[in-house]
Parts: sequence; structure tokens; C-alpha cells
Amino acid sequence: MESLTLTDVEQKYYSDLFVYCDTDNTKKVASNGKVLDLFRAAQLPSEVVLQITELCGATRLGHFGRSQFYIALKLIAVAQSGLPLRVESLNSVKDLPLPRFVVAKNEQEARHTAMYPDLENQGPYQGVIPRPPGRGQVKKVHTFYLMFTPLQPDTTSPVVSPHQSPPTSPHAWRKHKRQASGGNVERPPVVVAGAVWTPFREAQSGPVVVGDGMWSAHSPPPVQESWVSLKDTYPPSSSKMPPMHLSPFQENSSIRTVASVTTANEIQRQSSSGYDDPWKITDEQRQYYINQFKTIQPDLNGFIPGSAAKEFFTKSKLPILELSHIWELSDFDKDGALTLDEFCAAFHLVVARKNGYDLPEKLPESLMPKLIDLDDSAEVPDQAPDVGYSGSPVEVTPNKSPMPSLNQTWPDLNQGNEQWETFSERSSSSQTLTQFDSNIAPADPDTAIVHPVPIRMTPSKIHMQEMELKRTGSDHTHPTSPLMAKPPELSEETKLATSMKFVTANSGKCQGMFHYHKELRTIAVCRSNSGTSPEGLKVAAAPPPPPPRPNASHSRSSSLDMNRNFAAHPTGPQQSGVVACPPAIPPRPLPTQTSGPHSGHRSDEGLAAHSTTSPQQIPEQPNFADFSQFQAFAASDQPSDDGEKHPESLPVEKSTEGAGPLRTVKIDNQEDRAAATVNSAKGSIMAPPPKPVRRRLKSEDELQDEALPPKSNVIATVLATLPSIPRSVGKDKKAIQASIRRNKETNTVLARLNSELQQQLKDLLEERISLEVQLEQLRPFSHL
Amino acid sequence: MAVCIAVIAKENYPLYIRSVPVQNELKFHYTVHTSLDVVEEKISAVGKAMADQRELYLGLLYPTEDYKVYGYVTNSKVKFVIVADSSNTSLRDNEIRSMFRKLHNSFTDVMCNPFYNPGDTIQSKAFDSMVSAMMVQAS
Repeated sequence: MESLTLTDVEQKYYSDLFVYCDTDNTKKVASNGKVLDLFRAAQLPSEVVLQITELCGATRLGHFGRSQFYIALKLIAVAQSGLPLRVESLNSVKDLPLPRFVVAKNEQEARHTAMYPDLENQGPYQGVIPRPPGRGQVKKVHTFYLMFTPLQPDTTSPVVSPHQSPPTSPHAWRKHKRQASGGNVERPPVVVAGAVWTPFREAQSGPVVVGDGMWSAHSPPPVQESWVSLKDTYPPSSSKMPPMHLSPFQENSSIRTVASVTTANEIQRQSSSGYDDPWKITDEQRQYYINQFKTIQPDLNGFIPGSAAKEFFTKSKLPILELSHIWELSDFDKDGALTLDEFCAAFHLVVARKNGYDLPEKLPESLMPKLIDLDDSAEVPDQAPDVGYSGSPVEVTPNKSPMPSLNQTWPDLNQGNEQWETFSERSSSSQTLTQFDSNIAPADPDTAIVHPVPIRMTPSKIHMQEMELKRTGSDHTHPTSPLMAKPPELSEETKLATSMKFVTANSGKCQGMFHYHKELRTIAVCRSNSGTSPEGLKVAAAPPPPPPRPNASHSRSSSLDMNRNFAAHPTGPQQSGVVACPPAIPPRPLPTQTSGPHSGHRSDEGLAAHSTTSPQQIPEQPNFADFSQFQAFAASDQPSDDGEKHPESLPVEKSTEGAGPLRTVKIDNQEDRAAATVNSAKGSIMAPPPKPVRRRLKSEDELQDEALPPKSNVIATVLATLPSIPRSVGKDKKAIQASIRRNKETNTVLARLNSELQQQLKDLLEERISLEVQLEQLRPFSHL
Repeated sequence: MAVCIAVIAKENYPLYIRSVPVQNELKFHYTVHTSLDVVEEKISAVGKAMADQRELYLGLLYPTEDYKVYGYVTNSKVKFVIVADSSNTSLRDNEIRSMFRKLHNSFTDVMCNPFYNPGDTIQSKAFDSMVSAMMVQAS
């Protein structure tokens, strides 16, 4: 086996193969792996391969040197031609056909595909390459196909289906040959071959690379032409395998192909753009897929779970193995479920498979699930993004191969896809925290305040200040929600301070009133501890400052109208008090309330008082803060005024939804008359609070009552001013806003009122318990 | 880098075995089989400590004159065995770990495939290609 004479063709072919196998580029030693694969590709029985290996001396050396390699190749040719393996045969047999390698396709294909990725996609396999005869055969053919694809699209040779046995195989062979020949002929074959073969590295070993898809994609017409020509030159030696004739090497076409190979990438890309991408999904196909998707998963943005997909695709009657492969290709994010894009890709692959197309090794680009940046990156390297990458599954597979950019872009895309995928997922997770509306629940602060807060009353001062501020400030500003919303601190001072602040800030008299309301409320609530409250009230009343209006519940101090009204007529501290108080009372309750409480109750008095104030206040705010009315009300009954006040009290009534209890309390102060009126008023106005409680309250707490009346006055004034609202409101928007505010205020007032009532209820219950205890204690004596 | 890579199921039958030098395949099969004993020993060595405390990577199971055997067990008692050639520049532990990680990931992908029935031999091409990538380098 020493002396080996090779023909030129053989020489070239062998050198190509050697280069291919010589991945280490040592020019001397061929990697065992590649060589073995190559030998396996020769489709010789393993014993023969072993024999060959021994004969060529590789076993001796442990590796394949160039000479050993050549010898081996020659022996392979010998074996393939059916001759016995003999050392002598190496040189003796003349006209030995070149060794044919079938399996090697993977590599060849890969190479080809790598070189001509575009081709793969393109190959409009239009009948030029007849369908793979059969699965089994297809396998072998796969490699051929792979080889096909890369073939230069640019060669214009008509795609002549290799009129040989396995239609595809010739193509593959051709390609390979061409590659080899090209390498030999023109460009540094080594380069070409090496370049082409390197990608195949991965593909090796036994199972035919699923380049099926590739071949389908590839029906490179130009290739075929060259193939044909090649073929002619070299009659197929065996029918079972398309002869990989090396003679084609000498073909000029091969040269052409080689040349094209060199520029393959770009050319392919360009030319590929001209070809139809067999993997592209047409619109009607996509629509069909979408419909199918809907049958499984109505939500187009949802997933199809693996089990459902399995059932669905099993219906296609494809073998499980292939379905498994299709799943691997299409489940891009490997999550065990199919999105719409993934489903379409899988369906398309199934369809292609059923039509005879072989499955690609890698998911064709056109089938990749659309990710955010996929298109961009895909297009960047390729002018024909669709065609480029998808067509070269093999090329894609060997990511490591230093193939032209196509290869590289694919892995990048892959990774990118992953990243994109994750990115898109992540992005969807962005959430915007719901912004808590600070204006919400203005009532809360009030209610908070309402709760027992020892009030150190120095309301007078504050009132005074507030009033002044209010006066100075722009009145027309509605009691802004900030005012309402501002949680009045429990501490009196802070409350007052805040109120002051509000006053300054908003310059709304109402705001001041608001605060006053709060104060009043607190006062009312803390009846027990309001040691100062009465004083405060009195003090407040003294300098005509509006004692904290009893209708703290009103708290609609920020009623627009009221403000305006008040602002219009600043009348001093009282006014400020009034201003503070005008809780925007929704006009609604007016009529109801007015009717209710007006039923000749004492409450009416209060109402009347309010009402009397209200009309006055309409023009003048200060009237509202007319605590004199309170006093009058508290001091004496004014039944006479009821009648008058009724209408006026209507607004007051309304506002008094919160004020109701206050008034009731107030009324209780007056006791007798109050009780009934209170009850009635309350009942009419509000959900019947425990009336007896009211009575008790009144009996127990005068201070509170005192506080309440002012509140109720305020409320009344507020109510009174309500009617003026429409007048004052020039614009609808303002009116709406004002009404909204008023409603809010009313809500606040009611909430406060509710809390106050609750508190009162508790207190009363406690008292009752204490009384009962006393009773118990006394009882024994009584019995005695 | 590896000469042989094997995936053993929980019941200790092979799901996937692949060797690079085809001739010695049987030898590697035998090697992997014997390594199972070592794997079992290491698994049980943890004792009461459950899988949480037991690391998946088992490390070098046992060396022979020609090669070293590394093991890796998943929480579902699926075992990965890598037979690496000793003559090669000794692979760092990290490299082996990364190989196992890749194996595990690929195996998970295979499992996710609804068409794969657990217990079947692994015939995924993606898995094959990944394994080939790991093995080709070395040979």
C-alpha cells in the first residue's frame, strides 16, 4: 500500500476529502472521527472499513496520514466497486471509480448548505427534484439534498432533476462533486472544501442528517444544470447511490459552481431572494393554521398545552419520531406549549412533511416565532432573510462551524430569540402601581379626627386666623379636595395648624370652615373631655368666629358655592366660620330634608336658624357663620321661624345629613323639644340613629350640643347656600366639579356623623351598663 | 471531550448511550454499567439528607488507566454518565459540570416534548447534536 498512484481526479478528490477530514489542519493527520464518518459514508460494511483501515496503515500509526488517507480512499473505491480488498489492488485496478460517500453528506451537505444557505430555502423544489421516493431513501437523500441547497443559485443551469435513481441524490452528489471539483479547479479547493466541510462536522455519524427539508428547499436550478452536466460526464456507476463522480470536478460547470461558491453567500442570498421560500407560510395557510389553533385554544394569545398539541398532531398520522422532531423544532421557547406562531410553524412542518418534504434540522427562519428583534437581526445579514437561514438547517446546526455569516447569524438569532423571548416576557410584566388617589376618602381624615381627640380648644385663635386668611384668600376657589382630603391631624393644634395652612394655601374660606368643622366635630365627639370645648366654643363664639360648626360631618366646607357665597361677603370671623362650614350639600337632600325636619320640630329651629342664615349667606358668607343664630337657636325655640325657615332650612337640611345628628344633639340640648324633633329630624334626615341615645346625649352633653348647633348652623348655611350654587356656577364643568365636591363633602360629613353617632352609642351603652350594674346592686335592697 | 456519554433512566436502563470510537462501544457500555454501582453508592451515601442537600453533580466516579468516569444525577434519579479520555488534557471540573448542565438542559427539552414518552430511548436530533458537539472535540 505504499505506492499509490492516483489519477488527477482522484488526487484532487482525495485531497479534498483529506482536507475535509483534516480538521486540525495539520495536513497530515486526519481526525479519526471524521475519517470514520467518511468511511461510514462510503456505505461499506464495517468489517470492510476496518479492513481498509488496517490496510492503509492507519491502525499502525494510530491516525490517518495523508498517504494513509489516500490509500483508504482508494480502497474504499475498490471495495465499492466490488473488488476484493487487496493491497495490490490499489495500484492494479485502473479506472477505478472514485469512492462514493453517502453518509458523508452530512458534512458535504452542511458544507454546501453553509455555503449556500439561501439555496436551501429556495429551492422551489418544484418538481424538478421529484419527491423523495421514500422515507428510507429519503434519508440517504437527505444528505444529498443538503448538498443541493448550497449549490449556487447563481448558476443558471436549469434545475435538471438528476435523472437518476434517487432524484435527490444526484443533486447532492452533484453538489458535492461540484464543491470538490470547484475546489480542485478553481479556488483553492481546500478552502472551499474545508469551508464547506467544516460545518458538516457536526452532522456526522450515522443517521442521515435531516437535511430533508433542505433539499426540498433547495431545488437549485442552476445546480442541477451543472449536475446534469456533471452527470453526463460521469456515468453513474451504481444505481443504488447516485454516483459521486468526481469527474465532475473537471467540469467547467464545477468551476463555475466553485466560483459561485466562493461568493456563495452573497450570491445565494441575492439569488435566494428570487426563490420562493418553501418554508414560508402563505396567507391562506396561515389563516387555516390560525383557525385550527382556535379550535384548540380560542385565545390567540394563549398557549396550546403539549398534550393537546400531541393529540392534534397525532391525527396527522405522522410517525411519532417525526412529530417529536417537529415539536423540537417548533417549540421555540421549550416550554412544552405552543403559541400561535409556534403552532403555525409546527403545522407547516407537518404539512410539508406530509407532502414529502423532509424536515429541516433547524427551524427555518420563516417559521420562527416572531420575536421582537428577530426580523431586524435576521434581515441584517441577509438580504433575503426568509431564505437565508432557513435554507440551511445543517449549516445552522453546526454553530461552531466557521461558516460564513449565515451560520453565525443563525446562532445569534437563536440566542437572540431566546433573549428576545425572555425580553418580551419580561416587558409584559411591567406594572404600574396603582396610584393611590390622595384625594380619596377625604372623609377619612375627618372621621379620624372625629374620634376622640382631646381637643384643646383654641379654636378662636385659629378661627380668627382662618377667617382672616379666608378673607384674604381667594374665596371662589372651591374648597379643594386637598382641603378635604387633608387628613386633619388629630391633635388639635395640628389640625388647626393644618387648617390654617389650608386656609393659606387654598385661600378658601371653605377650607377654613372645613377645619372648623373638624374642630367642631372633635369638640362634639369629645364631649367628655371638652372641658375647653365649651370654652372654646364660647370663645369661638365670642369673637364672632364660627365655633366649629357642629356639622363637622358636613365637612363640605369646600363647597364651591358656599365659598363663593362666603367670599362674597366676608363678614368677619363669623363669616370665616361660615365659610368654614359650608359643606357642600347636595341639593338633593334639600327637599327631602327640608320636608323632613321641617315637620315642626325643634330641629327646624336649628334648621331655621341655619336656613335663616343661609339665605343671608348666599349673599354673604359671614352670615353662614352666624353663630348668633346658633345661640339663638340654642337659646330659645323659634318655632315661629320654622315656617320661614322651612324653605330655608331645606338647604340646611340637606347639608345636615351630617348635621342632622348634630342638630339632633343640639336639639337634645333643648331637650324636650329637641327630642322629638331630633328624632323626627334625624329619622327623616338620616337613618334613624338611636333616638333615645340622642336624648341621653343631650342630657349628658350640653357642650356637645353646643358644639353641634354651630355645626348644624353651618350645615344649614351650607344648605342654604346650595341653591345659590347654580347661580354661582357659571360653567357646567365647575358645577359638576362642585357637585362632586359637595357630594364628597357630604359623604365626609355623613361619615363623620356616623362615627360620631357610633361614639355616642358606645358611650350610651357604657352608661347603661353602669346604670344596670348599679341597679343590680341596689336591687337586693329593694327586694328586701 | 468525552468519549462516551450515557443517560440512564431511573430504573437503571439506558435511555441513551453514545460513544465516539465506535469500535469500543461495548467496552463503554460495560464501563457505564459498572459506574452505575458507584452512582448508587454515592446517592445513598447522603442518607437522610434529601435531594436538596445532595448535589446533582457527583464528580469523578472512578478512574481507570484509560479514562475517567464522571457522574451526575437529577432529582428524578436520571443519571448522566460521561466517560472522558484520560489521555486528554485533564478536563477541569468546571468543564465537566458545564457538560452535565448542557446535558441536563437538553434532556429537559426532550422531556418537554409531548411526543416523548418517558422511558423511551432518546431519539431527539437536537439532543444528538448537542451530544455530538460535546464528544467530537475530544476524539
